[in-house]
This record gives sequence, C-alpha cells and structure tokens, in this order.
Amino acid sequence: MRAYLTFLWRIWLLSWTGTARFYAWMGLLTVVVLVGANAWAHQFVEGLQTTGLTNQVSWGAYIANFTFLVGVAAAAVMLVIPAYIYKKEHMHEVVLFGELMAIAVIVMCLLFVTVDLGRPDRFLHMIPPFGIFNFPGSILSWDVIVLNGYLLLNLHIAGYLLYCRYHRRKPTKKFYIPFVFLSVFWAVSIHTVTAFLYVGLAGRPFWHHPLVPARFLASAFVAGPGLMILAFQVIRKAMRYHIGDAPIFTLRMIMTVAMLINMFLLGSEVFTEFYYPTQHAASAHYLFFGMHGHSGLVPWIWSAIALDVAGLVLLVSPASRNIAWLNVACVVCFIGIWIEKGMGLIIPGFVPTPLGQIVEYLPSLNETLVCLGIWALGALMFSWMVHVAVPILNGSLRAQPDLSPSPEPSALKS
Amino acid sequence: MNENPLNQESPRTLEEVYRPLNRRTFLKGGAATVAGMAGLVAALKPLLALEKGDITLDDLLQKHYRELKPEELQRILKSLADKCEQERGVRPHVRDLKPLDGVEFGYALNLTRCVGCRRCAHACLKENNQSRDRWDDIEMSYIRVLEMNKGAINVETANHYYEPGTVPQKDKYYMPVQCHQCRQSPCTKVCPVQATWQEKDGVVVVDYNWCIGCRYCMAACPYDARRFNYKKPTIEKAAINPNQGYLSNRLRPKGVVEKCTFCLHRTRDGKYPACLEVCPTGARVFGNLLDPDSEINYILNHKRVYVLKEEVGTLPRFYYFFDK
Repeated sequence: MRAYLTFLWRIWLLSWTGTARFYAWMGLLTVVVLVGANAWAHQFVEGLQTTGLTNQVSWGAYIANFTFLVGVAAAAVMLVIPAYIYKKEHMHEVVLFGELMAIAVIVMCLLFVTVDLGRPDRFLHMIPPFGIFNFPGSILSWDVIVLNGYLLLNLHIAGYLLYCRYHRRKPTKKFYIPFVFLSVFWAVSIHTVTAFLYVGLAGRPFWHHPLVPARFLASAFVAGPGLMILAFQVIRKAMRYHIGDAPIFTLRMIMTVAMLINMFLLGSEVFTEFYYPTQHAASAHYLFFGMHGHSGLVPWIWSAIALDVAGLVLLVSPASRNIAWLNVACVVCFIGIWIEKGMGLIIPGFVPTPLGQIVEYLPSLNETLVCLGIWALGALMFSWMVHVAVPILNGSLRAQPDLSPSPEPSALKS
Repeated sequence: MNENPLNQESPRTLEEVYRPLNRRTFLKGGAATVAGMAGLVAALKPLLALEKGDITLDDLLQKHYRELKPEELQRILKSLADKCEQERGVRPHVRDLKPLDGVEFGYALNLTRCVGCRRCAHACLKENNQSRDRWDDIEMSYIRVLEMNKGAINVETANHYYEPGTVPQKDKYYMPVQCHQCRQSPCTKVCPVQATWQEKDGVVVVDYNWCIGCRYCMAACPYDARRFNYKKPTIEKAAINPNQGYLSNRLRPKGVVEKCTFCLHRTRDGKYPACLEVCPTGARVFGNLLDPDSEINYILNHKRVYVLKEEVGTLPRFYYFFDK
C-alpha cells in the first residue's frame, strides 16, 4: 500500500516535470479544454438550442465524432493481435501505447455521448441499480456496457503492466493474459455494437444495411493505426524511447489491407444505392449529389472520397515505405474516414426525414467548441499517459532507483 | 513489453522525482494546479445562470413513474402544480389517469375528407401546452400535415410548408401524420432507460421526469412523430391549458422528448382527442378497438384502409382510409 502511494506520488511529481515544450503543449491543450468546458456550460444552462440540431436532424456532430472515435479505440486491437497472438516481438515495444490510446479515446467517446444528452444530470438513470437498464432491448444499453467494459479492461491491462514494470518484476501471466485476449473480442464488440445502434433502425434505410458493421470495422482499422503511426513518431522523436520502424510498417500493412476492404465495401454500397435507385437511396443521393437544391454534404463526401483514394494509392504504392509519405497517407486517411464515418454517416440518416422533409444541419459555433474541447481533452490525456508511461518503460522511473553516480549498472535488468 | 536494450534509461535522468519535494517543483506544480483550477472555475461560470428550481434534489432522486408508490406520485403531481403556479402564475389540475380496462385506442383518418386546413395541428399545440410565440414553434406540433400530389402516396414529394390562399388545392390531397402508437414500437425498444413505453390501452407515453434526452427514440421513429425540447418551453399564463396529465400535456422541462398521447388526459376521461374535436370535415375517427360495435371497428372492417409504411413492421394503431 505504501509502495503504491509512493508510486502515485512519483507519478504526480513526474507529471509536473517536463521541458518547456511539454509545458507549452499541455498548456495549449488545457486552454482548449477550458474553452470547450465553457461552451458546454452554456449548453447545460440553455439546453441543446445552442447546437445546430433540429427536430428533423436530431443527432449531429457529437454523435458523429462519437461513432468515429469508437473505431479509433477499437483499433488498439491491431497492436494487440500481432503482439500477443502472432508473438511479433517488435510489436511489444508499442502495444502499451495502443492500450493507452484506447483509454483516452474511450473517455472521449463517453464524453461525446454525455454532451449529447438533453439531461446529463440524469445520467444515473442509465446505471443500475440507480436507474433502469433497458437490457437487452436497447442497443444503447449494450453500448454503455461494452464501452465501459473496454475502458476497464484497458485500464487494468495497461495499469497492471506498468506497475509491474515500475517494480521491475515480471508480470504474472494469469493476471493479464486472459484480459488481453478478452480485449481482442471486446474491441471488435464495441465497434460492432455501435454499428448495430444504427443498423437496428428499420425506419432509416440509409443505416438499415448489413454492410454497415463490416465497413465500421474496416474503416476503424485504417483510421486507428494511422493515428498510432503518427503518435509513435512523435514519441520516438520527443521522448527517451526508441521505437523502430518495424511496428510502423506492420501497421502500414494493416492499414493497406483495411483500406482496400473499406473501399470495396464503399463501392458495393454505392452500386446498390445507385444502379437501380429506389426511394431508399434518397439519403445516399442527398449525400453524394444533393437533393432539391440542398447539397450541404456534397463537398464533404467528395473530399472524403478523394482523401480515401489518395490515401489508398499512397498506401499500396512503394512511396509509403518512405516515412514522410507514409505520414501523408496516415493524415489523409484519418481525415477522410473522419468525414465519411462521422458526418457522412450520421447526417444523411436524417435527410430526408421519414416524412420526406429535407432539413440541412450545420454545427453551431458553440457545438464546435464543445467538440474541440473533447478532442483536446483526449490529446491531453494521451500526452499525459505517455509522459508518465515512457519513464516507467525505459526504467528511469522505478521502485528502487539506484541514484549513485556510477555508470549504468547492468544488474538493473529485471 | 520487451526489454529492448535501446530503451534502458538510468533513474538519474529523473532525479527530481525521487528527491523529497523541493521548492521549485512544489511552486511549479502548485502554480499550474492553481491556474488550472482557476481556469476551470472561470470556464464553468455560466452554470451560475441556472434558474433556481431547474434541477432540484427531488428531481434527481425521483424514481421511474412505474415504480412510484401512490403517495409519492401524489406528492410529485402536487409539486408539478406548485412549480407551474410559481413560474407561470396558473395552478393547473395535474392528474394521473390510468388506462381503462377493456380499452385499446385506435384512430382512423379519412383521406377523402381531409382538406388540409391544419386546424388539428394548431388545436394540438394548444391542448398540449406547447410554446407558440416563435415562428419555428410550430415544428413542435405532434401533427404534421403533408400536402401530397394526387396520383401517389409518396411522402418524398410532399410539402410540409404549403401556404395557399385556400385549401384544398385542386391537384393535391392532404395527409396528417402523428404518432401511430405502434404495437411493435421501435421507439420504446431502443430507449436505454425505459423512459418511454406502451400503456395497456396502447398509448405510447414518455415519463418526462425520467427521459435522459438521448433522442435515440427520435432516430428510431419511422413516422417522425417525436419532438425534443431544445429549449425550455415558453408559454404565457393565458395560454395554459390547466387540464393536465402527468404522462401527457403537463408542462415539460427542457431536454426531454415528447409526443402525441392520443390526448390521454381527455380520452381516458371519456372525451375525444383535441384534434378530432376541432376537425371541420369529420375526417377523424377515434375509438375502442376492443369494442366490436365501435365506429373505428366499422371502418377497419368496411373501408379501404391503409397503413403508412407497412413494410417497416410497426403495426400501427393509426389507420388511413378512403371513402368511395
């Protein structure tokens, strides 16, 4: 217990130890978080009239970001599978960062759902025994379970491994390996359940479509690894931690395959909707070409398609064996999928409405600030976790430090 | 985690973490914490503008409607009346009317007779204590009247905002749409907290004191029949209908979903819904589906009846029919 308190105390001190650049970065993120918190406080007092939402388009930017981020969180599994199932040694040096990213991103997801609630003060109604859970009927109840479960799983795995590392002792397999394997299935489940959230709604033909879950997973395994490739490079440049190119190129391969599948599924969807257009294709028509003079999403979706295609071309071509080009591919894919799976999936579900109305949606400024705040909070959490985890991983933060000025003794190996 | 020899750093690189707290770290951490907290307090300052009584402890602790004991429910009905009196200057009669035994409500609408005057939509706004001082408040009406092109039943080409000098227009017909009180209701199925459910008489209701405002039910509804309170409803003293039901037309808080309840505060009391009463052409027929001699059953058995979006499988208790 005492040892654990010392551990926490050292982490606390470590959190405030950093270069000026670290302080500037964390300070900047904190400011954006506070701006977002301020916007949310306005929303809490005035109600969701501060958003661009209407009775016709009743979900918007919050749910769009939520949907996209569930995929990013699920993608941690793409580090876990090569590391633990295929026993790729080189993935073990990064797998923990994937789990930390999953933690930060799941918290973002939960926040995006919370800010979307009209009555966040009643969130206890969702949590038994205080509330009533509509289980197994409501897919949203499932989502509450799988998202929080995934958060706990990753907190446990990452926390346990880091704490063992801090004590320089070998982790006991039975305390984490079963959870690692569980998390593989769980990661798939969070994104599948989130897809079912939409697929289950028969009154919205745009979503009521068996391809949606498959596309969710495929696109998630592009966007998530893309973000990780970028994060790994920042970590190895800015911190005392070596990450080789091998894990980065394993992720590149995963992204390439996932993007190919994603584009194939997109093609199938486009064919089904447009070859013989029925009334059910109205939403897709609105999304891709506009309808009755309303074309708010058209520039977005075509940008997304262009970005996706550019990303795919880069990924399959040898150019992306060069890290600089790979980075371009990652950025391009990440943004492309963010559009396609965020606004490009959620908004057309509501346009036209089930009664044929076309009402366009644009996020309000206040709504955008709340979104930015949550993104900044996610970045802040991930940065902080990496800032604390790296010294534990590389041994500079440990339970019994030898602070004598002699050269690095080899006896410190665990 | 591996033991990559490239990733071996000496604890000496982090000496200040192991040393007892020194002044510099203390001041740095302290200053940052204070600045952060001050920033947070400043950022959350708008919360001070919350009106008194917007969120009370009683509200937060209230149980789900179906778990309330009779005396708890009475207390809540009284506090709702108190609140309305305090805020709007009218004391309403808020009741909790239970479903009647042997009654299942059904509604049929005669498309041959409907002229699209929209009196039903306006009567609905009044009956159900909805805001009506801003141009877009009409969006909250539980009834949308669609101006349809003759020759098809196609909502995609319908006009929701028709404003001709007179109705009906020659080449148009009119289709009012409101909650269909479905037997297989997608909205109640998806609600994560069971804040909406079907009553014994078939009416789908919302407990406004339990709804968390996630709007999943709105996404699920194939008839666009649910409305969300994006703002606190505004309604003047003189406009308030004091005959109120806990599950129907009592004043709603902001942030919750509401919908047509077949005017259960009237219909469970032996009256007709407000939309039926005001209809000038007698296009609306309301009654008990379990009574074989009811007018609604006569229509279902003898007229050319159709159900909107039958393919979605919702099995509505709301029907459309045509005369000769």
